[in-house]
Amino acid sequence: MNPLSQLLEAALFAAARPVTVEELVTLDPDASLDDVRAALDQLREHYDFDGHGVEVVELGGGFQVLTRPAFAAAIERAQLNQRQSRLTAAMVETLSVIAYRQPVGRAEIEEIRGVSASGVLRSLQERGLIEVTGRSEGLGRPLLYGTTPLFLELLGLADLQNLPRAEELSIALEPPRPETTGADDAAAYVAADR
Amino acid sequence: MTTSAPPAALTDLTGAMMPETTSAPDTLTGTLGFVIKVDAFSGPLDLLLHLLREEQIDIADIPIARIADQFLAVVHQLGLNQAADYLEMASRLVRLKAQMLLPRSQDGEGWDDPRAELVRRLLEYQQIKEIAHWMMAAADRRSLRFARGYLPPPPEIPPPPLTLQLLELLQAVERVISGILHPVMHSVVARPLDVEGATLRIQSLLAEREEFIWTEALSLAPTISDVLSLLLALLELAKRGQCLMLQPAVFAPLVVRREPSFAAA
Repeated sequence: MNPLSQLLEAALFAAARPVTVEELVTLDPDASLDDVRAALDQLREHYDFDGHGVEVVELGGGFQVLTRPAFAAAIERAQLNQRQSRLTAAMVETLSVIAYRQPVGRAEIEEIRGVSASGVLRSLQERGLIEVTGRSEGLGRPLLYGTTPLFLELLGLADLQNLPRAEELSIALEPPRPETTGADDAAAYVAADR
Repeated sequence: MTTSAPPAALTDLTGAMMPETTSAPDTLTGTLGFVIKVDAFSGPLDLLLHLLREEQIDIADIPIARIADQFLAVVHQLGLNQAADYLEMASRLVRLKAQMLLPRSQDGEGWDDPRAELVRRLLEYQQIKEIAHWMMAAADRRSLRFARGYLPPPPEIPPPPLTLQLLELLQAVERVISGILHPVMHSVVARPLDVEGATLRIQSLLAEREEFIWTEALSLAPTISDVLSLLLALLELAKRGQCLMLQPAVFAPLVVRREPSFAAA
């Protein structure tokens, strides 16, 4: 590894959070953005091909050295580290709405999910996964929410572009067609009403 | 060394995301014998989607009458405090059911399907569910990679309300105090304020004169409690409408004046 890669390795080791490329550039006054990117690639290859238990991962807008998933169970068993507690279904659904519609107000979130959202919004804010990004111009100027870099970190995403795109989702329910025809359906309404 | 996440995490997830239900066969024909654990649903749309999936109903052609009845049956099993969000959906369904029963022209022309809005919301919600599913899987994959700087989480505090005996509380206080190296003891002395006395003093001054400067109601060497008592008494009398407080100029001493309508008293 070249000296710059070694410097980046030391910096990523020392930091307990994802470090942006812009931050990494400040480590060496002679290094350009491209130099840092090339050195990062070299460090990544070094970890991947020389057999290391850690790897360079791009997430939350920066780079971080993380352990490989294969060792998670053993590390947890030895109580050296612990997996994050899982989010509730309500939290993840709310995050989904915010991630795709941000900036978005509470009313829209509630309309989509069909349930009140104030409690969930508060706990997501407390966990630092969403933040208030502004106020709507609409009636009452309601608060608008957006996701934070910590949200990307939690999902292991480099940026919001890594979320699945709409065309990758199979939106509709796909049950087999019911045997009843339209006419039978109409009869069923009447029957069910009796 | 590969970095692919074990597929176990994904299958695990689908298991966890599926609402737990037990349902008798042919639940459409009867509302009895249909038990649903409502905590398993994250809202009325979730429950509705589940009912549709359970009965293998095409989302574009929902038999509103039957689904509405089923939905109501489930809501009926809920406590009212849980049911608020569900009741709103239930009323929508009942309205839709009524609209569906209205006669329409033979050729079906000029008929807007009243279910269209519900279908749109269901599809939208279905999409959100799918994204949420994806996110949960991504978070699970991410949680298998550890970063540096791990600190064990603090011990969990039992949820309120705390059930404590007085003795346990006192023992806990003892433990905390014994841990202090150089305890500083502070004795709290009660210094009662004499608001009644101050009130009488103000009233007697107002009986003699139209107005006075507030310091006149104090003795020559007033203590802090004297001043506080007077202040509280003044505020109370002003609230009752027995006196007015005026400040003729900025930083000038307050002038207490008899309320004209109260002069007779």
